[in-house]
Amino acid sequence: MRRLPPLFQDWYSSKGWSVHPHQIALLERADEAALLLIAPTGCGKTLAGFLPTLVDLSPKSHSGLHTLYISPLKALAADIRRNLSTPISEMFLPIRVEDRTGDTPQSRKKRQRADPPHILLTTPESLALLLSYEDAPRIFSGLKRVVIDEIHALAESKRGDQLMLALSRLQALCPGMTRVGLSATVESPTSIARYLACAPKQCSILQADPGPDPDIQMLETEEEPPWSGGGAKYAIPAVLRQIKQHNTTLVFHNTRAQAEIFFHNLWLANDEALPIGIHHGSLAREQREKVEAAMVRGDLRAIVCTGSLDLGIDWGDVDLVVQIGAPKNVKRLVQRIGRANHRYNAPSKALLVPANRFEVVECIAALEAVQAHDLDGEPQGPGPRDVLCQHILIRAAAGPFEAERLYEEIKTVGAYSSLSRSSFEDCLNFCATGGYALRSYDQWQRLQKRPDGLWQLRDPRATQRIRMNIGTIQDTDTLKVRLKGSRGGKPLGEIEESFAAALTPGDTFLIGGQIVRYDSLREMVVQVTRDRGRKPKIATFTGTKFATSTQLSARILAMFRQEDWPQLPQHTAEWLKLQRKVSKLPEANRLLVETFPHDNRQHLCVYGFSGRNAQQTLGLLLTQRMEAEGLNPLGFVATDYATLIWGLDLVANPTPLFTLKNLRGGLENWLAGNAVMKRTFKGVATIAGLIDRNMPGARKSGRQATFSSDILYDTLRKYDPDHLMLKITREEALRGLVDFRRIEEMLSRTAGQIDHVALDRVTPLAAPLLLEIGKVPIKGAAEDRLLAEETKALMREAGLT
Amino acid sequence: MNTYTFTLAGAKLVALPSGALWWPDEALLCVSDLHLGKSERIARNGGALLPPYETRDTLFRLDADIRETTPRTVVCLGDSFDDLDAANALTEEQTLWITRLMAGRRWIWIEGNHDPGPIDFGGMHLAELHTPPLYFRHIARFGTSAEVSGHFHPKASVSRRGHRLTRPCFLLDSDRVILPAYGTYTGGLHSDHEALNKLMRAEALAILLAKPPHPIPMPRS
Repeated sequence: MRRLPPLFQDWYSSKGWSVHPHQIALLERADEAALLLIAPTGCGKTLAGFLPTLVDLSPKSHSGLHTLYISPLKALAADIRRNLSTPISEMFLPIRVEDRTGDTPQSRKKRQRADPPHILLTTPESLALLLSYEDAPRIFSGLKRVVIDEIHALAESKRGDQLMLALSRLQALCPGMTRVGLSATVESPTSIARYLACAPKQCSILQADPGPDPDIQMLETEEEPPWSGGGAKYAIPAVLRQIKQHNTTLVFHNTRAQAEIFFHNLWLANDEALPIGIHHGSLAREQREKVEAAMVRGDLRAIVCTGSLDLGIDWGDVDLVVQIGAPKNVKRLVQRIGRANHRYNAPSKALLVPANRFEVVECIAALEAVQAHDLDGEPQGPGPRDVLCQHILIRAAAGPFEAERLYEEIKTVGAYSSLSRSSFEDCLNFCATGGYALRSYDQWQRLQKRPDGLWQLRDPRATQRIRMNIGTIQDTDTLKVRLKGSRGGKPLGEIEESFAAALTPGDTFLIGGQIVRYDSLREMVVQVTRDRGRKPKIATFTGTKFATSTQLSARILAMFRQEDWPQLPQHTAEWLKLQRKVSKLPEANRLLVETFPHDNRQHLCVYGFSGRNAQQTLGLLLTQRMEAEGLNPLGFVATDYATLIWGLDLVANPTPLFTLKNLRGGLENWLAGNAVMKRTFKGVATIAGLIDRNMPGARKSGRQATFSSDILYDTLRKYDPDHLMLKITREEALRGLVDFRRIEEMLSRTAGQIDHVALDRVTPLAAPLLLEIGKVPIKGAAEDRLLAEETKALMREAGLT
Repeated sequence: MNTYTFTLAGAKLVALPSGALWWPDEALLCVSDLHLGKSERIARNGGALLPPYETRDTLFRLDADIRETTPRTVVCLGDSFDDLDAANALTEEQTLWITRLMAGRRWIWIEGNHDPGPIDFGGMHLAELHTPPLYFRHIARFGTSAEVSGHFHPKASVSRRGHRLTRPCFLLDSDRVILPAYGTYTGGLHSDHEALNKLMRAEALAILLAKPPHPIPMPRS
């Protein structure tokens, strides 16, 4: 058992700090194979993770790598390096700390491989890349500990699955290596412990003092929130007032587009010119780094941000968190709130700002859940096999391997512990031959089995390709945006290709808080100039859209049952009363379906409360059914609580549309070719190595040089429907973007009780849906009709008939 | 009829929904950019192991068009094979299939940038074909007329009521027609690309593949 050496005790006292019990506990139990620390933000979690390393390395000099630190964010790695330098330099410890991420210069990366530091700070992707080198065993020899920061954020993603596969490889290289996970408050510590453990070994859980409950309230505004929309512009004066009253405020948004609009409006109202910055994932790295640096210096009074600031970097002086828009998920809300006040044992202060009336309801429901310590979590499925395929390729890049041993390694990863041998063989076969039923690439296999039974790459040039495609983060096709000017122009950020394609010269949009005018597209760079206007055409950055959790939806439905709503602001209570009067309020055990005409089309609105993804799927299944019945659906839009479908014809009796049998049947047919499946396939095929993310030397335009992944999807569907990639796509879609699980949950909860309300106009609850973005067109008979209409109109306009 | 009929240099031509061009008076069927053997070439070069079904899929569609039109002459307008080795690497079944399609008719392989040399199939190998009044070549030549070509894989988009549809298309003006790519594994170049803008006259049409093909004024940048 290790104790804190006098050197460290003196250092703590010189700082006027006391050692936290969980820091001591982690030190004392440093020899355990795996240990998970659950602690709120601001209580020395990271130092707790490093203390055993610092103590271990303090008396003697260690040669080579001792501790590997992994964080989900590049910025976090750099930040930790700065933070560690304080105790190391003040105690004169003989320890070298370096970070290694995608941003590290090649020369330093090379040196790090030859001469690794004692502590290496990195990301899951950079670790995977290191493991793909033939000299991986040498780089990692002597490694004693792995510390995974913000493990809760990784545990629910493919990045986390890739990380744990990498750890299984590391563990094989360094059998004595111990694992430490650092996590924020989560609903199920045991599932994260299982995730961190090297199966079948166990992982213990250390729970730090959770600290006082947060001080969380709704923001009071003079103006009422609007009926619809996501901008929360009405709240600008109130938010600005709060910013003035606090040192530093983080203003969180759910999407990048909303952050941009809000920042723009905040800036227009900022008469005192308070220093306020914006930070989100679509901004150019240079822009983000500038904001981060200003924040660290304490120069900013507020940052308008998205999930890009959910994690990590210790901003020190943040004393208020404002959440704009409904939080969607109680757990993430609690973690965001924890970003305020990094002082131990002081309550974090947070304000919720609903963007519209419906979000008022969701915010109140979330507030009640936080007060009740009722966190939400969705069950995690088995480890995804596309990540496994990539892992096999990475292993192959590092040199010849034995299939049996690799399989045994993989089985030590919690998420893959139940992986069957045949399932593994399928993945190996896919990596080797493509795994096609009808004709395989005998001559051009990617992996070949040698006479000695080891597998190796046929073409050594493939290693470069594998390394360039490491990673599981899905990037949509985006284009860089630059201000027109000399030297290529100042980079502003990125927009989606589909958004860029919809722009015509002269269109204006927001990026990085400024309005720019689209000029041209040159070599896949969007050229813009500054615009003096005040009203932009809005950029539809997607960012990540989260679905409202099952638990939060249930709370909202429960709230609808109340006679009256004293906990809601009057305007919202009245809105609900109006809905109850005009139509009905949705109930947990009945399904409300409204039909009404609007804007020359027939509309059907289903209040399933199943979360965005499931409501989206419901939209696809219902429109498919409607298409089959000749009801000419044109499109639909889904939110977390409802799906709105529009079409050319009225649906007189919607009830038969909603049987589980019909929906299930539809699911099978519909798998044949819809956008959600194709998008899922693209992700799966890219991760598994069927489609290249990066080609050596050339950036894929995504449009011209290559054909779209949709063609591969269609071809496989047609000629090889049982192919591994399609199986993975199906599995993944069912629990991810398709989320059929929640449709089944909704159908069983409502048990066939369908309330159809036919009206002659839009209802109060449905109205916001008409303004939602992200409408999905239906490729059906109605579309051919439209195409004919449009071509006729265009020809007429052009004077050609 | 699921076709679109137009005239070029006095010749009556029919755009088929598959992307093939049919010249009834000459009983001539023209297809461009088949890119047969593409997946094999990519694998051979150490690239991805793509689903190896595109050759079969392309031939299947070509077979259907030939059965439908029973042409006396078939013109493959270049880039018929993804490279010259790909032509030799087709399976026996696929080679026989092509031979069967060729039987009993005149078959012309126009050279493309991907397949610039002769291949081991019968038929005629030409840099370009002149069947009065039309000239068939792989890449359009600026300043010429009565020309049928391929190479660019043109596609175009229309928007209507918030829908955006993108389809491969023929490009047509009084001088030339450019065919869409016929091969299964082929991407496309938007009609508003500089190269196509320069080549096509202001009044050019884009004929979008659909049943039937739909003409629109060619979208430009």
